[in-house]
Amino acid sequence: MDKGLTLDRIAVFKDGKPLVALDHHIAPGEVLSVMGPSGIGKSTLLSVVTGTLPRAFSFTGRVHLDGRDITDAAPQRRMVGILFQDDLLFPHLSVGANLAFGLRPGGSRAARQNRIEDALAEVDLAGFANRDPATLSGGQKARVALMRMLLAEPCALLLDEAFGRLDTALRAQVRDLVFARARSRALPVLMVTHDAQDAEAAGGEVVTLGT
Amino acid sequence: MKNRVLPVVPALTLLVMLGPVLAGLYGTVLPAFGHLPAGGLVGPNLDAFRALLDWPGLPRSVMLSLTTGIGTTVIALALVMLLVAGWSGTRAFRALERLLSPLLSVPHAAAAFGLAFLIAPSGWIARLLSPGITGWTNPPDWLIVQDPLGLTLMLGMVVKEMPFLLLMTLAALGQTDAARARAIASALGYGRTTGWLKTVFPRVYAQIRLPVYVVLAYGMSVVDVALILGPNTPPPLSVQIVRWMGEPDFTARLLASSAALLQLALVVGALLFWRLGEIIVATLGLRWITSGHRGASDAPLRIAALSAASIAALSILLGLVVLAVWSFSGFWSFPNALPDAFSLKTWMRQSTGVLDALGETALIAGSVTLLALILTIGCLEAEYRQRRNLTQRGLLLLYLPLLIPQTAFLPGLQSLLLNVGADIGRAPVMLAHLVFVLPYVFLSLADPFRAWDSRNASVAAALGASPDGILWRVRLPMLLRPVLTAVAVGLSVSVGQYLPTLLIGGGRVATLTTEAVALTSGGDRRAIAVWGLMQTGAALVPFALALIIPALVWRNRKGLSHG
Repeated sequence: MDKGLTLDRIAVFKDGKPLVALDHHIAPGEVLSVMGPSGIGKSTLLSVVTGTLPRAFSFTGRVHLDGRDITDAAPQRRMVGILFQDDLLFPHLSVGANLAFGLRPGGSRAARQNRIEDALAEVDLAGFANRDPATLSGGQKARVALMRMLLAEPCALLLDEAFGRLDTALRAQVRDLVFARARSRALPVLMVTHDAQDAEAAGGEVVTLGT
Repeated sequence: MKNRVLPVVPALTLLVMLGPVLAGLYGTVLPAFGHLPAGGLVGPNLDAFRALLDWPGLPRSVMLSLTTGIGTTVIALALVMLLVAGWSGTRAFRALERLLSPLLSVPHAAAAFGLAFLIAPSGWIARLLSPGITGWTNPPDWLIVQDPLGLTLMLGMVVKEMPFLLLMTLAALGQTDAARARAIASALGYGRTTGWLKTVFPRVYAQIRLPVYVVLAYGMSVVDVALILGPNTPPPLSVQIVRWMGEPDFTARLLASSAALLQLALVVGALLFWRLGEIIVATLGLRWITSGHRGASDAPLRIAALSAASIAALSILLGLVVLAVWSFSGFWSFPNALPDAFSLKTWMRQSTGVLDALGETALIAGSVTLLALILTIGCLEAEYRQRRNLTQRGLLLLYLPLLIPQTAFLPGLQSLLLNVGADIGRAPVMLAHLVFVLPYVFLSLADPFRAWDSRNASVAAALGASPDGILWRVRLPMLLRPVLTAVAVGLSVSVGQYLPTLLIGGGRVATLTTEAVALTSGGDRRAIAVWGLMQTGAALVPFALALIIPALVWRNRKGLSHG
């Protein structure tokens, strides 16, 4: 099978009634934008990929990631990263510990610390490891959340209205950063958004639901 | 309630809640140092402490107190955390959640009796397995109940404290955004249990710390459960204190007072030790969190936690069933799973005594709960009108009566009443109950009271309602369900009180609980079953009413039907 994320004839139902459907292959480094008004089931579509579909829903079709069929895999074994609208940094952990939580196990403490420093430097936050997440600005939090997800070495990245809480100027900046980091790691990206500018900036294919 | 009264209610509440505790501690210190004017004894001297140190049972007694308290807390906390970590949000969890209120309201003594009737060598489990599996035709000569190490006592306490910790955890979970933490942890490759322990537990624990301390202090100083399930020779320190208090001669009372101070020191020491443990766990935990290990043993941990929780819930419920069976049993020969004959004889024989005790119990519980409710609503309304919220320190004061061991201040309170020549009896018992009922009523009502949408008050005020009018005609009717729940909590706490009734009542106030526990030594299972069931009923019925009444009153008001 191909590298990348494949949504193979996915159809989601709510209480037995059809909600959304999508059949698409996303190649490594590419972005697929799914647009549509809120309440149409965009986030539900993502939960099919992450394996966290709420009980009231059901779906048909298969999800493949880099040739693996992950349709029935446990959520934590899918290697699918996701960023939400809120940064969701853990408030009881420092910025560095948040990143260490994401970093795959293994390596000496010093080596792990180095990787965390590097990750922070990659998003212009060098020296922030000991900071309390609550003292960071919105844009800084978003960047930490991105690096925490990338340190877990996912094989695909999902964006669930990930830039919705940022103001316009910051939004473009964070958006470009996320796409650049994802492209440099050759990750297939599936983004749901209701903002046409997000989709435009992604530069990939756009699917509009509910039309 | 006039506005002139309202501002002093918080101070009054603190006084009735902490006054007896402080007075009791004072009353314990004096006789501990040999000063008991009512007995013609004048101190100060250290004779009582010397006598205490000379008592050969002391090391074992102290040890039992420590192992029961710390063991109960560690095991109950670990099981509840693993249960919530592995199962919250699932169907199995919701099923256990629905059992929570009834499990909580079963009095400690009744649960202990039920457990004893289940696991004793001649208990229900042995009967069900005999003679088919075990081959026994006579009960084996094993010491399961009242074993010298106090393991059954610890088991009984774990089973009864788990619902309490679970309730507190559920309340704390609402403020931790646990669902989204799970989504993130799972996207980062963490399993349910490990992810929860690393991301949610630190935040939840910060919220349930005080209730955990309550379990620790209570486990170290519990009396009624220890009398039923704990060892006798020697018993845990708390039981020994009560024994000494019951002896007619005054030197025993001095001994009891010095032991009560030791009990207090033990609890304070254990709390400090626990705090130290928290710091160590936090340090090691942070290392574990940042190691990035995703957790390999989640599945067995999940299964173990659910099994343990189910067994705990079942042992209380089946305990009640076996009490019911015994209460109606005629002759019941050993390996038979059910009685050879059923009869109403025990119920008939006990009916007069039971009804008298029920009346006394209801009178005390009703008056105490009503008082506690008035004070609580007064405090919360004063807090609301003055726009001042309870501080962390205020919360600690609220927990203080639950953290100071009963056996440390109740003997002193009794001595003090004796010294001033006050009549011991019903009224002082009520005041003693209030000390324990108030915190629970307050904790139960505070969150819903504060969560009430105060825009309703703005609307009512704009329509010309006075602050008192708003309280009586808008706020309290809307809060009918939580108010009744708080009443049920108060009643069940009062019904379950053993030591305050026994010590402050001077043996002259006979409630369902004191009489049931008093039957322990006699070993008449049928009588114990009747009293244990009545005790459970007295605690359980108010909870049922708290569910039914709002549903009836608001049957035509959909907006209030979910509380």
